[in-house]
Amino acid sequence: MNNKAIISVKNINKSYDAGINKLHVLKGIEFSVRQGEMVSIMGASGSGKSTLLNILGILDNYDSGEYHLNEVLMQNLSEKKAAYYRNQFIGFVFQSFNLISFKNAMENVALPLYYQKVGRRQRNKLALEYLDRMGLKDWANHMPNELSGGQKQRIAIARAMISKPKVILADEPTGALDSKTSQEVMDIFDDINNQGVTLIIVTHEHDIAMRTRRIVRLRDGVIEQDYIPQN
Amino acid sequence: MFDRDRWQEIFTALKKNKLRTVLTAFGVFWGIFVLVVMLGSGKGLENGTRNGMGGFATNSMFMWTQRTTLPYKGFKKGRRYNFNNTDTKALKDNVPEIDLLAPRLQGWSGNTNNNVVRGLKTGAFSIYGDLPDYNRIDPVTILQGRYLNEEDVAEKRKVAVIGVRVKDVLFTPKENPIGQYIRINGVYFQVIGLYKSQHNGGWAEEQEQSVEIPLNTLQQTYNYGDAVGWYSITSKTGISVSEVEDKAKVVLRQRHSISPDDKEAIGSNNVEKQFKKMDGLFTGIRALVWIVGIGSLLAGAIGVSNIMLFIVKERTKEIGIQRAIGAPPWKIVSQILMESIVLTTLAGYCGLICGVGLVELINLFLTKQAANNPNPERAMFLNPSVDFGVALTALLILVVCGAIAGLIPAQRAVSIKPIDALRYE
Repeated sequence: MNNKAIISVKNINKSYDAGINKLHVLKGIEFSVRQGEMVSIMGASGSGKSTLLNILGILDNYDSGEYHLNEVLMQNLSEKKAAYYRNQFIGFVFQSFNLISFKNAMENVALPLYYQKVGRRQRNKLALEYLDRMGLKDWANHMPNELSGGQKQRIAIARAMISKPKVILADEPTGALDSKTSQEVMDIFDDINNQGVTLIIVTHEHDIAMRTRRIVRLRDGVIEQDYIPQN
Repeated sequence: MFDRDRWQEIFTALKKNKLRTVLTAFGVFWGIFVLVVMLGSGKGLENGTRNGMGGFATNSMFMWTQRTTLPYKGFKKGRRYNFNNTDTKALKDNVPEIDLLAPRLQGWSGNTNNNVVRGLKTGAFSIYGDLPDYNRIDPVTILQGRYLNEEDVAEKRKVAVIGVRVKDVLFTPKENPIGQYIRINGVYFQVIGLYKSQHNGGWAEEQEQSVEIPLNTLQQTYNYGDAVGWYSITSKTGISVSEVEDKAKVVLRQRHSISPDDKEAIGSNNVEKQFKKMDGLFTGIRALVWIVGIGSLLAGAIGVSNIMLFIVKERTKEIGIQRAIGAPPWKIVSQILMESIVLTTLAGYCGLICGVGLVELINLFLTKQAANNPNPERAMFLNPSVDFGVALTALLILVVCGAIAGLIPAQRAVSIKPIDALRYE
């Protein structure tokens, strides 16, 4: 494991306009994630963890500070640039899976490669490989509404992996799953991490966080704790 | 261009709510349908009217005598006068711009007593004295025999060319009129030709119940001296007939001691001007058709725009996901534009085909009707058609309309921040 910082956040501030008042959500966040780490971000609702994840995922902008992703400064990006970096560096896994309903499992997994202009035959071949890794090869031609929650999330993970991103951002990936399926999904994340993929998981479930290698605890927009969980 | 994922997305979006898609498409369908049918009908009306003019030379004009309205050279106003054979020569000599000059004289009009007799059959017809050139200015279709020629005039032959209506009255249907004799006001003439008018309506009827004989035969036989009723004149190529009209009038005024300022003494009718007026009319009709057609097309396009806004709203989250995964904005915009264009073009294409189909059907019907009718009334509506250029223009307009209709919704789709789009339920 090398020490290159994939994610480096310096003094990030973010506030929302809420009528007359300004809602200061992130108050000078500082932290970095090195390649190969598996970090969970915890905190109560309103602590700013989702906002932080959105900024890390270049889905949202920030007011001040600096955010380097793969040593590139992510600031005032055009939507075109942002889309490019998201596609190249980041894989997303969402709580509600967010699969495209009219595409089958294989096509969903292949979608990021579509935006990289990879040929259809090539990307479907790759998608099948990733589905195979998730144990879902037989479900390749099924539509999302024919699959269980766990299956959908595994497809979403395959989709996040296929573009070989620098980091996978997971926003409550087990939030919509029962505990057994949750553990299966975490097993997959373990596997992925062991292959050297950097993972950042936002969760409010303690046992999920305990399965990561590092926990960052947010409270009212500041980092309260940053520690290694002891099993 | 062919991108399976893109087309999959387009048809998924359109199939999702079929009724809505069909209703929206109908707006565009109707717009282009109306445009095409109206353009076709306008063309039909134009063809019919132009056909009604017959083979009338567009560079022709007519002049006849009226009463003078100004006193001049000792003559009081209100004087009558006649053109005569020396005027014909003077016009030929003094107005070199004249191409054809056909003096005409009407012996009797068709609405008096029966003036033409053959055996026991009689009829009242208009009798005209003509020169061969007249048939090059206002041509008739010769069905049998021939028109008057120079020999007829030179020898002052007593020959007659008759309209089909004359033949119907004086001959039985199976009789061949050519070579037969008819008696016009007591004098026998040999029939040498049978003709049909190229005009329509009353004009054709009038022309077809006429008898044409050589001008000088008419003048001498019936004691008209050297009188000429009126002139039909065409100008040489490249010269405006209005110019000829002015020059000819100067010559005639001088010869008949008419004041140069007397506008009323010589009556005239300039076909060139009439054609120009008609051109203006049809240009106006065409403009109106385009304005109304484009208007209804626009209404259809606005409907498409509206529905695309809806589709974009429905798919906000999906678009958010695509953007999170790395879809560049242009991909989203072009996707929405393509959907809009596909919907508009498909619907419009159907409208185009149905419109052209209807126009062709009307055409077929008219042709069939004309074929079944042995003695057709020449219609005011003929060969309605949509030419290829117009269809192509309409299609182009559709694509542009589709693109414009998709523009606002596409803009809407990328203006939402991806994070808001993702949260949208």
